[in-house]
Amino acid sequence: MLQQGLYAALTIVLGVGVFLAYFWGANWILDRALASNARMPHALAQRRDNLRSRIRPWLFLAPALIFLLVYLVYPVFETFRLSLYDRLGQDFVGPDNYTWAIHDATFWQAALNNLGWLVIVPALSTIFGLLIAVLADRVWWGGLGKTLVFTPMAISFVGAAVIWRFVYAYRGPDMPQIGILNAFVTWLGYPPQPWMQLTYVNSLLLMVILIWIQTGFAMVILSAALRGIPGETIEAARIDGASEVQIFFTIMIPQIAGTILVVWTTITIIVLKVFDIVYAMTNGENDTQVLANLMYRWTFISGDTGRGSAIAIVLMLAVLPVMIWNIRRFRAAEGTH
Amino acid sequence: MATIAPELPLERARSAPRRLARIRPGRIVVHLALLFFVVLWTLPTAGLLISSFREPDQLAVSGWWTALAPATIREAARLPVAEAQVEENGVYVIRGSVLEPGSNRTIETFGTTNATLGDTPAGGTATVRVGGEITLESDGAFVWTSPTPFTHTTGPRVYYAAELQPRATFENYATVLTANGVGRSFINSMTVALPATIISVMVAAFAAYALAWMRFRGRTFFVVSVVALMVVPLQLALIPVLRLYNEVGSVLGIPGKGYFGVWLAHIAFGLPLAVYLLRNYIVGLPREIMESARMDGASHFQIFTSLVLPLSIPALASIAIFQFLWIWNDLLVALVFLGAQDDHVVLTGRLIDLLGTMGEDWNLLTAGAFISIVVPLLVFFGLQRYFVRGLLAGSVK
Repeated sequence: MLQQGLYAALTIVLGVGVFLAYFWGANWILDRALASNARMPHALAQRRDNLRSRIRPWLFLAPALIFLLVYLVYPVFETFRLSLYDRLGQDFVGPDNYTWAIHDATFWQAALNNLGWLVIVPALSTIFGLLIAVLADRVWWGGLGKTLVFTPMAISFVGAAVIWRFVYAYRGPDMPQIGILNAFVTWLGYPPQPWMQLTYVNSLLLMVILIWIQTGFAMVILSAALRGIPGETIEAARIDGASEVQIFFTIMIPQIAGTILVVWTTITIIVLKVFDIVYAMTNGENDTQVLANLMYRWTFISGDTGRGSAIAIVLMLAVLPVMIWNIRRFRAAEGTH
Repeated sequence: MATIAPELPLERARSAPRRLARIRPGRIVVHLALLFFVVLWTLPTAGLLISSFREPDQLAVSGWWTALAPATIREAARLPVAEAQVEENGVYVIRGSVLEPGSNRTIETFGTTNATLGDTPAGGTATVRVGGEITLESDGAFVWTSPTPFTHTTGPRVYYAAELQPRATFENYATVLTANGVGRSFINSMTVALPATIISVMVAAFAAYALAWMRFRGRTFFVVSVVALMVVPLQLALIPVLRLYNEVGSVLGIPGKGYFGVWLAHIAFGLPLAVYLLRNYIVGLPREIMESARMDGASHFQIFTSLVLPLSIPALASIAIFQFLWIWNDLLVALVFLGAQDDHVVLTGRLIDLLGTMGEDWNLLTAGAFISIVVPLLVFFGLQRYFVRGLLAGSVK
């Protein structure tokens, strides 16, 4: 253990050192190799100054660019290429992997489940987040309340899975229930349920975990947006005799509609990629499969990179609309600078 | 644009008289509604935390919400065989105790069959099938007497209901840290997360500065690319990068999976968001400062290191927190690029293993899970302000 600690410390020093040496060294070399001074012919000095300022941005950018190219840009194309090849990535098979997916029941089941996640999780996270943000602004202990609702954001999906498996824990009807959900159900007088084996219900209960995590995110962002609403508009409505509920729906919601959309799409992206929760809770058993987990299974359990890649490409296509929308939004925001 | 981040835990408390004046039915509903949500959101984690300090025996028979109440458990013990008897004044006696010392149990009722378990209160006497009568005290001590010598060769069972006193224990933590390898995984998680966090923030900072303040062709294209790459699913990178690692590994004669590959992968996957957030921050720094520094003849490198970096500390902190939390909490990247060798598994992977091998040993699972979330929670509570600021900068635009 001590050895590993030293190993980690050494890596930090070495890794950081290598990158520092690169940034510092590259700049130093550039300044030396293309130095200009007053004794030089004016044209030469000017040319060197220009060249220096043309090269330097690339020195700053190079590491990030290389990382992004190797780890994100190249893989998008390579995954697409592999999706047209057989299970070992050797023989070209055309669209076979996609036609397989279209005719495969598990694929459709995973896709439909993803769709369910996509509709329910962003909606409920945003609604709960907004509700809690509004409530918390009205009570003196709202700050504490918000912190507690926000806390699950720090917890890993796997940690959350353990927490919720304990909530959903099931024991036979004659035994004392140690899962709080079944304890509640039996307290109401109903028999305990093996939640993770009930089709549809199990998927919904998995979604609850992600809603539990993401509500805090929605709440923080929406809370800040609510505070950004000019107080006069709300006061004016109040003087006009509008009720709090009316004010909420006719004044607050329209003013923060843009932020709601941002929160919604951000959670949508997270939902599309959901893997850990399903992997840890059910591993896709009992009709809870989702695309990310199906992709993992085909690629790393069944060893079929063709089908795995095809599923990954489907995920990419699903993300594409949000990507385009983000780019548009970004360009619009930059235009106003 | 983002408004100034609210300081979550430090709300201004309203003065008491005003608060009293505001008690109206509507306000009570608001309080109750918020309380409902807060309780609902806190209960699952509270259950985990409380359970991790309970004894395995307790945890198996009662819900964590009864942690402070003694639990009643039903158990059985085997009585000694005939050899243990002594003769006292013409009576044959076997003495002993059905409880181990320090078992923390108080016997309430007992019986010699499972069905008659509730029939005799502690201190009372029951008839034993193989002969004689037994008196069992609440502390577990028993006296088994018979007027004729005992001859049985298998000890009969005595069944009892005992009250188990609640007791907080660190036993679960000790077990899971050592015997189940969670301690080792904790170090592994640190080994993965710390270098990757520091290096990726550094790489992102240089790139962000270039994208914010340096003039070159294609700058807008790169910024837009970063925005686009932020949402690319990780799933697309897994197969190509793993193949790349295996090829490089076979050329160099080293295994394709290992810490080095995970560091590089984490640095890369965190970059789009880090570059985007930092660029947004750095582009908002006052133009006059930059320009006057340029006038004084400072190079971009000098401006960056001596001016921009110190001014960007808050943004760097919030990005470092994001990066650290994301790497610490990641499962997929570690699963794919680190492999399953026992001495490399990170905490999330170890928890998955524990879920698979001891799905019902909740005392170990809860303790293991809490160890895995305690670092993020500390980071989160300690640096919440920066975390919230980063979130707002990333989303509200």
